[in-house]
Amino acid sequence: MKGHSLRNVFWRRFRKNRLAAAGGVVVVLMFFVAVFASFISSYNPDDIDRKHILESPSLKHPLGTDDLGRDVLSRMILGSRISLSVGFVSVGIATFIGIFLGAISGYYGGWVDSIIMRFIDIMLTIPTFFLILAVIAFIDPNIWSSSAIPYWIRESLRVILIDPNIMNIMIVIGLTSWMGVARLVRAEVLSLKEREFVLAARALGTGDMNIIFRHIMINSMAPVFVSAVLGIAGAVLVESALSFLGIGVQPPAPSWGNILTLGKDNIEIAWWLSVFPGLAILITVLSYNLVGEGLRDALDPRLWDVEI
Amino acid sequence: MIVYLLKRLLEMIPTLLGITLISFFIIHLAPGKPTDILTELNPKITPEARERLEKLYNLDKPVIVQYGLWLKRIVKLDFGESFSTDRRAVMQKIWDKKQSLLDRRLFITLMINLITFAIILIIAIPIGVSSATHQNSLYDKLMTTTVFIGFAMPSFWFALLLMMFFGVYLGWLPISGLKSLNYDVLPLLGKIWDRASHLILPVFISAFGGLAADSRFMRSSMLEVIRQDYVTVARAKGLPEKKVIYKHALRNALLPLITLIGLSVPGLIGGSVILESVFGIPGMGQLFFMSVMTRDYPMVMCILTIGGMLTLLGNLLADIGYMLADPRIRAKQ
Repeated sequence: MKGHSLRNVFWRRFRKNRLAAAGGVVVVLMFFVAVFASFISSYNPDDIDRKHILESPSLKHPLGTDDLGRDVLSRMILGSRISLSVGFVSVGIATFIGIFLGAISGYYGGWVDSIIMRFIDIMLTIPTFFLILAVIAFIDPNIWSSSAIPYWIRESLRVILIDPNIMNIMIVIGLTSWMGVARLVRAEVLSLKEREFVLAARALGTGDMNIIFRHIMINSMAPVFVSAVLGIAGAVLVESALSFLGIGVQPPAPSWGNILTLGKDNIEIAWWLSVFPGLAILITVLSYNLVGEGLRDALDPRLWDVEI
Repeated sequence: MIVYLLKRLLEMIPTLLGITLISFFIIHLAPGKPTDILTELNPKITPEARERLEKLYNLDKPVIVQYGLWLKRIVKLDFGESFSTDRRAVMQKIWDKKQSLLDRRLFITLMINLITFAIILIIAIPIGVSSATHQNSLYDKLMTTTVFIGFAMPSFWFALLLMMFFGVYLGWLPISGLKSLNYDVLPLLGKIWDRASHLILPVFISAFGGLAADSRFMRSSMLEVIRQDYVTVARAKGLPEKKVIYKHALRNALLPLITLIGLSVPGLIGGSVILESVFGIPGMGQLFFMSVMTRDYPMVMCILTIGGMLTLLGNLLADIGYMLADPRIRAKQ
């Protein structure tokens, strides 16, 4: 019989939740598809083939071709890399800001807390999608390919992201989605900061920053992690909506959202352009949501039953 | 009660100021002058004309002063005139008094959102309650699955699918706009059906996501309530199960839902951008999208502010609803 260490209990609980486990498998698979995109796809996603435009799915092109004769499956495979990197990076940015502001707000209290919380209230009041749209429209769209950015950064961004300007979308989604994390962290810090181990650290003369980030935050990472996993799902949705509207990932760089735009333009003749990219978004978002919920349940000690 | 309302209204003022501050600075901290869009597209413009234009929009003054001047104007609901070719006043484009009420942009967006809310409430509450009372039944599991898919469903994709099925394949419903081309010659009943049929798909799509969230929330809220002692007491004194659920439990389970509804306002309003763009509905969301694309900055600032104000209004209404529904809060005042 296995031990009853926290990690064992956690894993057993997570695996017992079959839906979450299935979501986990999809998440891992998607991750590998995104990383090895160029090795998996059988066509170059940018290859234009004017003889085979808007062909329905066949053995040669399993998901059909688009209006320029490009292979939809290959474009979706490369698109998975773009969508997932937008999800990961923007959530990374949001989590970082959220932890920082939430921790400071909760730890110091007083007017610092009032100002930060008021700012969060205001940010939550303006419809998020309005905010994102306005910011994206008014920042320079080509800032990441300008010569002001060092060559090696531009080049590595181009290799990983295909189009360096996708960084803009990541930053904007990150800057407009940190409020939930900040509130969460603040609540955690408030409940932990009077505990004995924090008092002990303070008595030993540990600095504020050390106490906040090395003692308190370490003990409240679990809910932050869960909200980050759920956040990836949200960011993938936002990115695809932006790309669908034509202000996210710009063609020729492929993204699930901008393939769907082609689907809308050819709605009466090419159903495959509308069905498959949307299905990819749905499955990805669903999987991240399932994993996130599974983690939340597995990490919540109140739900730990005796039988486990 | 009145004291509480006044206090709530006073509390809204700093948030309102914050909304205007953010709306203003998003546009003004961006590189380039907002009037660039007017001057750069016009090769014949002289430096003097450009200066005059900048003076007109007070761009020659410090940003803080500009903000103050803008604020002074918008208190009177004067958001200036749009940069688009028609150069109409911003407020007039959103709320055109010359058009019939049904065709005004803000009204269209509000109407779609209100119908959506009504539908969500009518459907989500019974679904949530029955899922909770039949916890772990096949029905409950089916609903849970639907909810998870509802959460993950990109609304614009769902819209595309339904347009493809009901609009293109079956040909039952129109797929874009708010009324048909021959609207004006239709008889009254035809007019009503014409408008309604254009609204079916958009409203269904916009309700679907909220339906998932709210019925899920209702379920967990109900599950919590039916374990309370007072529900056991109600059962113990022999009340019929229907009365226990719908009279004693439901009332208490509804309270958290009111808060959630208040919180979902910004999502719905923001979502109207996508919905109205997909369906070609001439509402405020579509106007916002067009203004963003053409960098029509007085318009963008105006709609950002109005969006924030609508959220505040939603929160206020939710608070009032909460107060009316919960005697404990009323007693505290």
